[in-house]
Amino acid sequence: MKRVLAGLLAASVFVLAACGGTSTQNTNTGPSTSPAPNSSAGSDSGSGGGSGEKVIKIGLIAPLTGDVKTFGESSQKGFELALEQAGYKAGDYRIEYVSGDDKGDATEGINIATRMVTQDGVKAIIGSVTSNVTIPVSQVANDNKIPMITGTATAAGVTVNDDGTRKPFIFRACFIDPFQGKVAARFALENLGVKTAAVFYDRGNPYTVGLTEAFKAEFQAGGGQIVAEQAYAEGDTDFSAVMTNVAAQQPEMLYLPDYYNKVSLLARAAKEKGLNVPMLGGDGWDSTELDFATLEGNYFTAHYSSDDPSPAVQKFVQEFEAKFGHKPDSFAALTYDATNILLEAIRVANTDDTDQIRQAIQDIKDFQAVGGSLSFDENGNPIKPATILKVRADGTYEFVTIVNP
Amino acid sequence: MEPVEKKYTVTVPEKKFTVTIPRNAVISALVIVGLYVVLSLLRQQGVITPYWGLIMDLALITTISATGLSLIYGFAGQFSLGHAAFYGIGAYVAAFITKTYGATTVNFALGLAAGALAAAVIGFLVGLPILRLRSDYLGIATLGFGVIVKVLLDNSDKLSKTLGGSMGMLGIPRLTTFAWVFWLAVAVLLIARNLVNSSHGRVCITVREDEIAADIMGIDTTRYKMLAFTLGCGMAGLGGGLYAHLYTFLHPSSFEFLKSFDVLLIVVLGGLGSLTGTVVAGIGVVFLQEALRGVLGQQFLEWRGVVYALALIVLMILRPQGLMGGWEFSIDRLLQRRPKGGSARGAA
Amino acid sequence: MGQLLEQVVNGLQLGFVYALIAVGYTMVYGIIKLINFAHGDVIMVGAFVTFFGLVRGIPWPVAILAAMVACAVLGVIIERLAYRPLREKGAPRIAALITAIGVSLFLENFASLHIAFGPDHRQFPEVIPHIQWKLAGVTVTSIQVLIIVSTLLLVAILQLVVYRTKIGKAMRAVSLDMDAARLMGINVNQVIAFTFAVGSALAAAAGALLAAAYPQIWPYMGIMPGLKAFTAAVLGGIGSIPGALLGAVLMGQAEVLTAAYLTTDFKDAVAFALLILVLLVRPAGLLGKAGPEKV
Repeated sequence: MKRVLAGLLAASVFVLAACGGTSTQNTNTGPSTSPAPNSSAGSDSGSGGGSGEKVIKIGLIAPLTGDVKTFGESSQKGFELALEQAGYKAGDYRIEYVSGDDKGDATEGINIATRMVTQDGVKAIIGSVTSNVTIPVSQVANDNKIPMITGTATAAGVTVNDDGTRKPFIFRACFIDPFQGKVAARFALENLGVKTAAVFYDRGNPYTVGLTEAFKAEFQAGGGQIVAEQAYAEGDTDFSAVMTNVAAQQPEMLYLPDYYNKVSLLARAAKEKGLNVPMLGGDGWDSTELDFATLEGNYFTAHYSSDDPSPAVQKFVQEFEAKFGHKPDSFAALTYDATNILLEAIRVANTDDTDQIRQAIQDIKDFQAVGGSLSFDENGNPIKPATILKVRADGTYEFVTIVNP
Repeated sequence: MEPVEKKYTVTVPEKKFTVTIPRNAVISALVIVGLYVVLSLLRQQGVITPYWGLIMDLALITTISATGLSLIYGFAGQFSLGHAAFYGIGAYVAAFITKTYGATTVNFALGLAAGALAAAVIGFLVGLPILRLRSDYLGIATLGFGVIVKVLLDNSDKLSKTLGGSMGMLGIPRLTTFAWVFWLAVAVLLIARNLVNSSHGRVCITVREDEIAADIMGIDTTRYKMLAFTLGCGMAGLGGGLYAHLYTFLHPSSFEFLKSFDVLLIVVLGGLGSLTGTVVAGIGVVFLQEALRGVLGQQFLEWRGVVYALALIVLMILRPQGLMGGWEFSIDRLLQRRPKGGSARGAA
Repeated sequence: MGQLLEQVVNGLQLGFVYALIAVGYTMVYGIIKLINFAHGDVIMVGAFVTFFGLVRGIPWPVAILAAMVACAVLGVIIERLAYRPLREKGAPRIAALITAIGVSLFLENFASLHIAFGPDHRQFPEVIPHIQWKLAGVTVTSIQVLIIVSTLLLVAILQLVVYRTKIGKAMRAVSLDMDAARLMGINVNQVIAFTFAVGSALAAAAGALLAAAYPQIWPYMGIMPGLKAFTAAVLGGIGSIPGALLGAVLMGQAEVLTAAYLTTDFKDAVAFALLILVLLVRPAGLLGKAGPEKV
């Protein structure tokens, strides 16, 4: 008992020390040229939210370190661009933000979400990026009545509970897997005119699993046949065994609904085994690091086309490139949309009452997002069109068609 | 060897029996209860915010799991790199029970017990063939076991839909409270300490120090290795069950082999052969990781991992025996009056 | 039958890449009994250095050689700064192991910084033109040939060094009994540094070949291959170079054949289960020396 006691005493010291240091996170209120946080022109109150100053704090949760850091950083850039374009204001409110790193881990996500919501006074959250973190984070947000919009998490369980009931405060800006997979299957059957397909998915990634399930259902419903279904693991780079097997089945097309890095390797392995058939994928293909040479002439379902002349898209693409020096990917675009939706809702509701903000989000109709005209259905999922793009060897995409829900 | 302990004598006249309680034990018990009361009050009043409360719970859960590894590696010298797998087994089993049979306190207790038991039993079965192996091979074999478990967890929805597979297990009832975590941590540490101080424990330490010598002395090294391993895995399972009902969501990626390194780091940093060290390191690491969130600033966020790694390297080079290196804090030593000119006693 | 043969060839490609990595692991372990967790990340550095060379138009053999030299230097630096102080202090082996984990984490996190390599997965340029031949109904690619030939060549050179040179003799002496070797006048520190240099150079070559076979590089690319290769080294008997080769080839076959004929889901599990089974039957690995432990 004695050592236990000692240890716990030491621990208590830690606790008290740490508690004292809670307010060391960064509050950002705008371009780095502005002075200390919570101060602004015209208001001289020492602490934030002083007389007449209306502030709403929002939080970004994304994997800023760890394996999927690159997606988290894209997400953050989209978020920041949207805020900057809005001048850090929505309605009568000035917008301040905090960024939290979930390291791609569910435990970390819950920790940072709990902190933001119960301690930092965050009124709304944008995030996270991957479904395995977004689902638990959405629980925290929903339980604390904090509206949350995720740009990119596609699993159904983000906006609905286990038992099918809705989590009223949670929304997303991306189409869900069932829709995307269905669009792909239709395109395969009607535009590519194929009757047999092979599908590949990452066993541990709900995104690929969801898309594959949806594709299979629609493809088979339309008279097509799935001749091969291959799972692989997250850490895999060698697909030779799998491709040799699939080549023997002679599918007319391959469905590769994973992120650009896996897809590049899969496609290459396929070509090496003589599978020179059309390949179809999902929005995860959208990246400047895709193996354009190998994937030339293949298609994927996307949220938007950067060639789309609509002002919303062009404003986004051009200003993004101007600010960050490179083209945006789908993570940036979707988080940009999510942020703008939130800002619009705050503008419309013009209050910091979270329930009213939630209602305002739910009521959004025909919002001009980068991804097209967007409205929310009763499950917090957007009703918006999907674009089909074709890969060109020079790193650009050719617009093929747009599919409305 | 034992210092003369002051004792309290309680006599019950009618029944004429006497109970002697060591004074130091009473003091320790009082302090622990006092600590619990103080912390609970602080949490209730909001002085310790829900966020820091969550972190405190996580720290205690991590300590429970780390104590298990401390027994396995710190005391019995068995280099196990699969600890996260047993944590995961405990988590999934416990969660499965409360999700399938309802979220009552009884089910929760049953779930925790089942989780710990499952982890211990699997630990036993795995340990039987594997513990024969020499240290480094044992490490790789346990690491391999950890990989196997993760693959099985990814495919768990083939066994039962509730388990979720790669989508993760959702909607686990939030039944873990500070009371559960605190008192279970105390219980686990008590068990560990008693094991270490018993003759069984001394055998384990002998096995760690020099397995061949122990063998020659006629000690059934396998039996003691199995004891430490099974118990340690059970503790990990208990920690896992508590974790599941606190964070309400399980995903196989939380239990991959890299997570086993995290627990190992805690045990080594705290110092092998020191329960105090494990407790301090366990609680300290969790709190520090959270407390350091805001310290480096936005632009340098990505440097956090680099700094952490460098700190680890430097710490190991400067103090390879870990923080507490085989030393235990002891109330006995603190309170006992040393005989004049006597040397310090009870060094671990 | 043709398909089986083709799968075997697939497995050979994988196995030989693992072999090159495994040999480096086994060398270092043989000499200082340390599982150098950072080895996998040296692979990553080698791949990136080769990448930067190729992107500048440097011919690939030169780029790979440059990477090997760079990583040899890196290996020596790591040994000198992180492992030697512990050895000299007589610290317990676990301390060196934890430090190795620390070095591994450092390399990974540093590499993913934007000022370094950055976190993105990058496309690796084509090393040699992609040609396919059909031998006995089996498709064999130029990359597969490159990997097998390079690995065999490098391992042969290694065997030559270890068994036909003075420094090789010194390496064998130190791995057998460090103190006795020291007493015989061998500069143990120098020998260890040399071992690290050679092992790291091999890792760099492995990294380049890995990137050539699966043309994508990113900061965490070394973790899985490093782990699998280490497992292969243990399977074959840690400390034995032929053992590492054998173990790696077996691992490659186990992985590929499981993926092909059982299920891809479980292929990692099967590879490790195989390891555990072998260790239970032969606790020192397939070609390891299960000699009596001296007291």
